[in-house]
Amino acid sequence: MEKLFDVAIIGAGPGGYVAAIRCGELGLDTVCIDDWKDEQDQPRLGGTCLNVGCIPSKALLESSEHYERAALHLGEHGIQVGSVDLDLPTMMARKEKIVQTLNQGIGQLFKKNQVAWLQGRARFAAANGSWTLEVESNGNPEPVSARHVIIATGSRPAELPFLPFDGGRVVDNVGALAFDAVPKRLGVVGAGVVALELGSVWRRLGSRVTVIEPHSFLHHADEQVAREALRQFKAQGLDIHADTTATGGKATKKQVTLTLKNASGERDEAFDKVLVAIGRRPNSENLGAEKVGLQVDARGFIPVDELCRTNLPNVWAVGDVVRGPMLAHKASDEGIMVAERIAGQATRVNYAAIPNVIYTHPEIAWVGETEQALKAAGREYRKASYPFAANGRALAAAEGAGFVKLLADARTDRLLGVHIIGPKASELISEAVVALEFSASSEDLARIVHAHPTLSEALRDAAMMLLSR
Amino acid sequence: MLVEIKVPALSESVSEATLLSWHKTAGEYVRRDENLIDLETDKVVLELPAPHAGKLAKIVMGDGATVKAGDVIALLDTDAKDEAIEEAPAKAAAVAAVEKPALSPAARKLAEEQGVQPEEVAGSGRGGRVTKEDVAARLEARPAAIEVRAVDMTPLLGERPEQRVPMTRLRQRVAERLVQAQSTAAILTTFNEVNMQPVMDLRAKYKDRFEKEHGVKLGFMSFFVKAAVKALKQFPIVNASVDGNDIVYHGYYDIGIAVGTERGLVVPILRNADQLSFAEIEAGIAEFGRKARDGKLTIEELSGGTFTLSNGGVFGSMLSTPILNPPQSAILGMHKTTERPVAENGQVVIRPMMYLALSYDHRIIDGREAVLSLVAIKEALEDPARLLLEV
Repeated sequence: MEKLFDVAIIGAGPGGYVAAIRCGELGLDTVCIDDWKDEQDQPRLGGTCLNVGCIPSKALLESSEHYERAALHLGEHGIQVGSVDLDLPTMMARKEKIVQTLNQGIGQLFKKNQVAWLQGRARFAAANGSWTLEVESNGNPEPVSARHVIIATGSRPAELPFLPFDGGRVVDNVGALAFDAVPKRLGVVGAGVVALELGSVWRRLGSRVTVIEPHSFLHHADEQVAREALRQFKAQGLDIHADTTATGGKATKKQVTLTLKNASGERDEAFDKVLVAIGRRPNSENLGAEKVGLQVDARGFIPVDELCRTNLPNVWAVGDVVRGPMLAHKASDEGIMVAERIAGQATRVNYAAIPNVIYTHPEIAWVGETEQALKAAGREYRKASYPFAANGRALAAAEGAGFVKLLADARTDRLLGVHIIGPKASELISEAVVALEFSASSEDLARIVHAHPTLSEALRDAAMMLLSR
Repeated sequence: MLVEIKVPALSESVSEATLLSWHKTAGEYVRRDENLIDLETDKVVLELPAPHAGKLAKIVMGDGATVKAGDVIALLDTDAKDEAIEEAPAKAAAVAAVEKPALSPAARKLAEEQGVQPEEVAGSGRGGRVTKEDVAARLEARPAAIEVRAVDMTPLLGERPEQRVPMTRLRQRVAERLVQAQSTAAILTTFNEVNMQPVMDLRAKYKDRFEKEHGVKLGFMSFFVKAAVKALKQFPIVNASVDGNDIVYHGYYDIGIAVGTERGLVVPILRNADQLSFAEIEAGIAEFGRKARDGKLTIEELSGGTFTLSNGGVFGSMLSTPILNPPQSAILGMHKTTERPVAENGQVVIRPMMYLALSYDHRIIDGREAVLSLVAIKEALEDPARLLLEV
């Protein structure tokens, strides 16, 4: 008889591979199916996050920040370096090596936890008490049966209808992580995480970067943070056009022309490359959903409840292919929850305490409610902001821009939201997430000893400000 | 004053319940409406809230006891006042009212797994926060409750494990009713097959507009409910039931929809299905699915019914003989739609085919009515326009 797995996982991104490893740890007989291949046609674990997302972009952000610092800012420390030259191939090779190291790391964790790894594309084939998937690689379909299926197929970049990706001048995140030369004029459509991070990378390396955002700038972040970010990025030379829509475009051999429309009218602007980062679409096609009656909504998302259960028994879905923010850590935690639920545990994901991070300079990070959301909900709150310009450690590091902002319930003092723009905001936010998870009050933060001098004192000082009011 | 805590009226069809686990011990103070105990009937699990604030003076019936409606299971002393409970609201109003006890993430998980109510744990953390340690301490203090957890039968290599688990009341009742049906009715099954192409085409054509218009997906179940109601109208005996030496004809069409859940099979009832639109049927079934999954179906929703649809097709069943759901006299078994070669006008063609099975009580339904009613269902599905025109 053909083998029956306890769990089959479709996708090996941060939702799928984390779920697979957790299933393995829990003693479940697990198979993870993934069809990601690199340019050399080699299978690669880790999905978008590891291969063309979170990790390689962080590598380039770090490198480009060093480059900019060396070129512009070492002087103020009294360090003269003469001329600074960019060696882009080396920078790219370093990025690639980091990705490969982590690719192999996942493979080793699969081995250690006895997770079977199948390369190919999986689709539902039949339901017969358990679930049968058909895994196709190189044209040979192979059946895989499992009691539980976790769909973790992720998402892909959305295209502009009038300007499809061409892999050359009009690119998505994949292309913008691998330019072979610094484009002179880079147009970025969208102003989300991908747009701002990769826009920052190429600006630091010498591109003139224009960001086009149809809404107000960073509209999902706290408004005060968004205003500060806009000020900082503009000062750095990012040319940001909010409330501007790209209504048309044309790519030729030499350049890409975008038609931009805002309140004052319409005009054309030419670029050498255009990064389209207007959001991502869930990967739910070719899953055989119709075959087994798996629900997929009109936008392609798979409807699930708060425990990631789909409409089918023992079929779960996690990550970008379901509701909620498209974040790697959200996918991973959903993956862990589902693995532990399959093993009979009562794990939950606290969707109210998922941190958001944008790795620009300064970094932006937040968790919980924004001030405008609290206002709209008619909730009574108190707030305090503490500037990094008053934080010793930040000043010593020449990182005095930005602030920490706390929002707390006016009656109970329970923390409702924490917003940080400033140095290492991505790291500082974890303290706020822990605080929210433990239902902390702002006074709790004020009454916990923080080391001095540290950036984290800014959180504590913001809490002290709230306390003294 | 001592107030008797009684088992509430369950429902006409439910006579007994099992006390699952007391959330309070004798001598403990309770707030009004605080859940005292969970009762499991053969259909649902009910919570029994405290009718008044007071002290739980005595527990008359312990965990696991079988009780009837009206049985006294505990005594509540409404004169006893707990200072902590009395004073707490006043204090809370002055300082800060916390909506729910604050739990750490690990404490929350442990409490949920072990069925500990956060309210019953005294928090030792900063600001009275309930920690993992607090939940663990509460668990140790609690008398061993009946284990009703899912069984993990993943065998370790080389082991031949065996585990004896008492049937839940729901399972017992299902077992009892199935055996009763088998031993009293003269069950016979007639089969037919239906070409699903017309329904599939109609659904493919309108499913987007249907969803937009009605906010619910157009599935196949609404077609089957409609087709079944049409057949039942044509052959009223199939919608009837036996009561002693009488046949009771029902002038209404309450269709049971069998739903598999983690706790066992439940059959919520779609009332007056003849008066429901396709959208109302789909919405009703979707709602049942959600409620069944969350264990939120009420006794009312699970009682009665004049005919049942059982869809083994979702699990891949090709053919089966469903057992009656007494006192109903017939049940329709749906199965998996599979592409099969069939002969049509002298040609072999591929069609999406489903086998249908109608089990019926031969005591009151003759083969003729049974077969013809199944044919009527088949014909309505193969030409759905008939559902509209009622021909």
